[in-house]
Amino acid sequence: MTEGLAGALWGWPPPVLDPAGPYADSVTVLAWALFAMGVVVTGIVVAALWVALRGPERWRRVLGGEKAVWIGGVAFPGVVLTVLLIWGLTLTASLTKPITGDEMRIRVTGEMWWFRVEYLDAAGNVVMRDANEVRIPVGVPVVFELRSADVLHSFWIPHLSGKLDMVPGRTNLLRAEATRTGQFGGVCAEYCGGPHALMGFVAIAKEPEEWQRWFDARVAADSVQPLAAVSTTNPQLAQGRELFMENGCAACHRVAGTQANGLAGPDLTFMGDRATVGAGILPNHRGTLTGWIGDSQGIKPGNRMPSYDRLSAQQLDAIAAWLGQLK
Amino acid sequence: MTSETGFDHKLYGLFPQPRKQPDEGLKELERVWETPRGWKIITAVNNNYIGFWYVVTSFLFFLLAGILALGMRVQLAAPMQDFMSPDTFNQFFTMHGTIMMFLFAVPAVEAIGVMLLPQMLSARDLPFPRLSAYAFWAYLIGGLSFFASLFIGAAPDGGWFMYPPLTSTAFSPGIAVDFWLLGIGFIEISAIAGAIEIIVGVLRTRAPNMTLDRMPMFAWAMLVFGVMIIIAFPAVILCTLLLEAERMFNWPLFDPTRGGDPLLWQHLFWFFGHPEVYIIFLPAAGLMSMMVATIARTELVGYRLNVLALVATGFISFGVWAHHMFTVGMPRVSTGYFSAASMAVSLPAGIQVFCWIATLASGKIRWSTPALFVVGSIVIFVMGGLTGVMLGMVPFDWQAHDTYFVVAHLHYVLIGGMVLPMFAAFYYWTPMVSRTPLSERIGRWVFWLMFSGLHITFLPMHLSGLMGMPRRVYTYLPGRGLDLLNLVSTIGAFIFALGVLVFLYDCARNFRFTAKGPDAGNIFGGGTLEWLPAGLYSTRSIPVVHSREPLWDNPELSREVEEGRHMLPDTATGTRETLITSPVKAEPQYIQLMPGPSIWPLVAAIFTASFFMSLTVQAYPFAAFSAVVTLAAILRWLWDTDAPLAVEQAEVGGGIVLPVTVTGASSHSWWALNILMIVIGMIGALAVFAFFFLYGSSPEVWIAAPALGQTAMIAGMYLGVLALLWAGRRVLRARAGRVAGDLPWVLVMAGALLATWALYCDITGWLDAGLDPTATSMGAIVFMFMALQGQVVIVSLIMVVYLAFREARGLVTTPHNVTMDIVARFTGFVAVQGLVFTIVPRLFPGA
Repeated sequence: MTEGLAGALWGWPPPVLDPAGPYADSVTVLAWALFAMGVVVTGIVVAALWVALRGPERWRRVLGGEKAVWIGGVAFPGVVLTVLLIWGLTLTASLTKPITGDEMRIRVTGEMWWFRVEYLDAAGNVVMRDANEVRIPVGVPVVFELRSADVLHSFWIPHLSGKLDMVPGRTNLLRAEATRTGQFGGVCAEYCGGPHALMGFVAIAKEPEEWQRWFDARVAADSVQPLAAVSTTNPQLAQGRELFMENGCAACHRVAGTQANGLAGPDLTFMGDRATVGAGILPNHRGTLTGWIGDSQGIKPGNRMPSYDRLSAQQLDAIAAWLGQLK
Repeated sequence: MTSETGFDHKLYGLFPQPRKQPDEGLKELERVWETPRGWKIITAVNNNYIGFWYVVTSFLFFLLAGILALGMRVQLAAPMQDFMSPDTFNQFFTMHGTIMMFLFAVPAVEAIGVMLLPQMLSARDLPFPRLSAYAFWAYLIGGLSFFASLFIGAAPDGGWFMYPPLTSTAFSPGIAVDFWLLGIGFIEISAIAGAIEIIVGVLRTRAPNMTLDRMPMFAWAMLVFGVMIIIAFPAVILCTLLLEAERMFNWPLFDPTRGGDPLLWQHLFWFFGHPEVYIIFLPAAGLMSMMVATIARTELVGYRLNVLALVATGFISFGVWAHHMFTVGMPRVSTGYFSAASMAVSLPAGIQVFCWIATLASGKIRWSTPALFVVGSIVIFVMGGLTGVMLGMVPFDWQAHDTYFVVAHLHYVLIGGMVLPMFAAFYYWTPMVSRTPLSERIGRWVFWLMFSGLHITFLPMHLSGLMGMPRRVYTYLPGRGLDLLNLVSTIGAFIFALGVLVFLYDCARNFRFTAKGPDAGNIFGGGTLEWLPAGLYSTRSIPVVHSREPLWDNPELSREVEEGRHMLPDTATGTRETLITSPVKAEPQYIQLMPGPSIWPLVAAIFTASFFMSLTVQAYPFAAFSAVVTLAAILRWLWDTDAPLAVEQAEVGGGIVLPVTVTGASSHSWWALNILMIVIGMIGALAVFAFFFLYGSSPEVWIAAPALGQTAMIAGMYLGVLALLWAGRRVLRARAGRVAGDLPWVLVMAGALLATWALYCDITGWLDAGLDPTATSMGAIVFMFMALQGQVVIVSLIMVVYLAFREARGLVTTPHNVTMDIVARFTGFVAVQGLVFTIVPRLFPGA
């Protein structure tokens, strides 16, 4: 199951060479050009070495003087590097165009070892909370406000843009835009201790209208409580909710419309709607959710959520069932 | 040619002397340089032993770090494996990087320098043999204890770059980080000691007439290496001090909630960390240049260009550090500058590569195992350099940074730029220290296994990186297209390891160490002085050099030298000695008496290690005890030096008479002290940088300074210190020919005490102004200034007491005395640094 998810988000072709937006597009072109440069220059040096060692006498004489050093070691790289540098600087400038303030804003905070996501309105107020997932409309420029709650992290969605670090005490702004719909993998790229390897997230690009419908519904549900899904009469779901509240889950997790308002861990108000479990590592369905609650330490050793292995399989399943229908 | 020191160059024409020296002289020379027997061999300080042990130890760390790498590759061979826990993996990659950089690469090139340089320069030994011995023992003991932290599960796991806040107490409460900070800080001290030794050695102990323009390329490389170490390593020492201060005393230097900044660490660390790469590469490039010349049997094409390239690399490498930080959110202008500088540094590398190619093209190749390694290294290094150019392009770096692409890049550069050249050097120079050479046939196996293993391991990693695999991950999810790439990398790593194993087999079969000959000799036909017939004393007489490849230009040279027909034949004073020559033109200046075997460097090293270890485990009383023993041991070993002389001057052949030891600006100790002051001054300068960085980052926590009058008073006191020192030296000079008396040391002592008082006033002034080191970053950095100042004040107090003791024993000579010189000069430095540390924070206060 894991394979399916990772394959959908990552896999072939390499994301860096498979851009889905303007901030990744031009870098892909650059990458191919640099790769070509690398191959050509390696070829030249190997050829020169071959001539030096085995070549005809006349060629060796040409290569065997200081003039060859000036041409091969100074002039040639000088020209190549100057061209590349100009390209690189121009491209850097175009990728860091000033932020106008009209872009859509999403604040992402790196935490050990997951991503807190907050959608902001024009005034900078939080209007909707989520975790380990960002949804953006196609064709709309987005600015991610990157922060850290603890140590250094780095926010990277290779399909959409280069990475930018999340530095405690600072807010870094990352520009991105998707030009096609799809699900794109993201990871923390700066070593942050413990299970850094399993700190991922998903970026989902949707058509603007579809995105707007989704967003409006979310904002409404996040502020106007209670949710229909929260107060259920289904016995299994009710049991799941009860277990959730009794076993301390609520101390760290928030579910809008209930007394669960913990802020230490990911917001679970829309858990059923999320693509992944465990910060971008498992596809989200009842089975994986059950496994995660029961054995989160086995799946992602060292993460901040204890394994609820004292609960029975039936109880875990009930919690997963309740969380799974929070949409 | 004009003379540098007034030495008449016509005198070189006297050598070789017409007549060979009598055999008794050689016996005397052998007796003087004899090695202690049995277990006492550990008291040896001769570079022939220390250098060899040093190389072997660094290679041991290469193997240990390599084993850690294999463990990691097993874990990553398939997705989501449980071969090791994330914690263990994190310790493994941290230790792999740390050991490879700090305990293998830098010590290895330094060790090769200690072993080869005296031979190449035809010096009897490096100028401070006991310092080399201390550096070696400190490194061995410190390194092994550091490695042992793995076995108790307390190894650091914050990465070799140790970025706070992950390494701050809040997220790393145990002692693992302290192990790293104190262990590495300690080993850096050893590296700096070695660098001072090497700089002075290269500049002052060359064979007569070996001008800078005739110096072997490896000596040039080691000179640049030494200078880079003394500028770069203070940064990592300051890093460790700052983070340790935050961890031990809660001084918030990196904590943003109290005005600290985690990026301060990154700037300081990479100011060290990037030059570090060239610190590793340049000496290896120097070895390459020398081997290339021998392989092609012709002088290196573009000698001066190559020197220029070495110097330029060293220079530019200090301006590129922030290319490790393109993703932290820097202003566009800064990224542009650092990108351009990073591109520029590839030009000198290009010059060196094409110098090698041109040399190979212009000569007559003799194919051999070292040649194979040399050519292979060039290809790999160029490939690594090109991916480096790619990463220097900012937009590409934003994608590739901190992915496996970078892992591939750095391993190509370091293996092509340092590891394979080192193996080439092993095959090339083994005949100098072993009775039998290593096997040419087995060597080819070693090369092809390593060469192919390298590509199989690291070529796929470029793609893993572009596929989105970040660095420092203990596992990865299945189905990401990474499974096969990683499996191939793992297989490659084992092929590479097999190559190393075959090399060990070759060593076991063929390597037979000998320090005093007979060795296998110059089988590759090198033209530089290390191939002269030599014993523990290096060469019997020190040749006058007329070209870059003296052995090629004078086939008789070996015989002449062995018959004692060159300078300083046998021993002129009946003790260990070497010739000190001038820095540019290598004109003979004086004979340096060298200390012999001693247990004290070893004792000092053991207790320095135990001092740092006790600090780590917070056993403060034992730390204090160790510090006292260390100090006593160092002073004990110094006591023998700078003794009043039995002979004031001696003949070095051809009727040329040179003084025995000198003081002042032509003395080798004067040079060493100045270099040490640069090191300490760099720590201070970087601390001042940290002050301004934090000021720029959080000006809101800056408070008003104490009154200006107080500042003026403290500044006046420091100027008073300088006046006292000046007076002390005047008095000593005025007493020429008489006993020194008490007045000189009393004046110097008064200076040191005044400096202490000035520091006290500075500290109380800030405390009264309400500055608290635990409350804000301003408090932390200002008190860090005072802590740094406190360290040098304590050292200068110890020095003046030592000076007083020597005076009491009548060991202070007039009109000059090396000990007095050094104590006064250092105390003067203390005053100047105190002045800067007082004025800077008081002139840049907050509102």
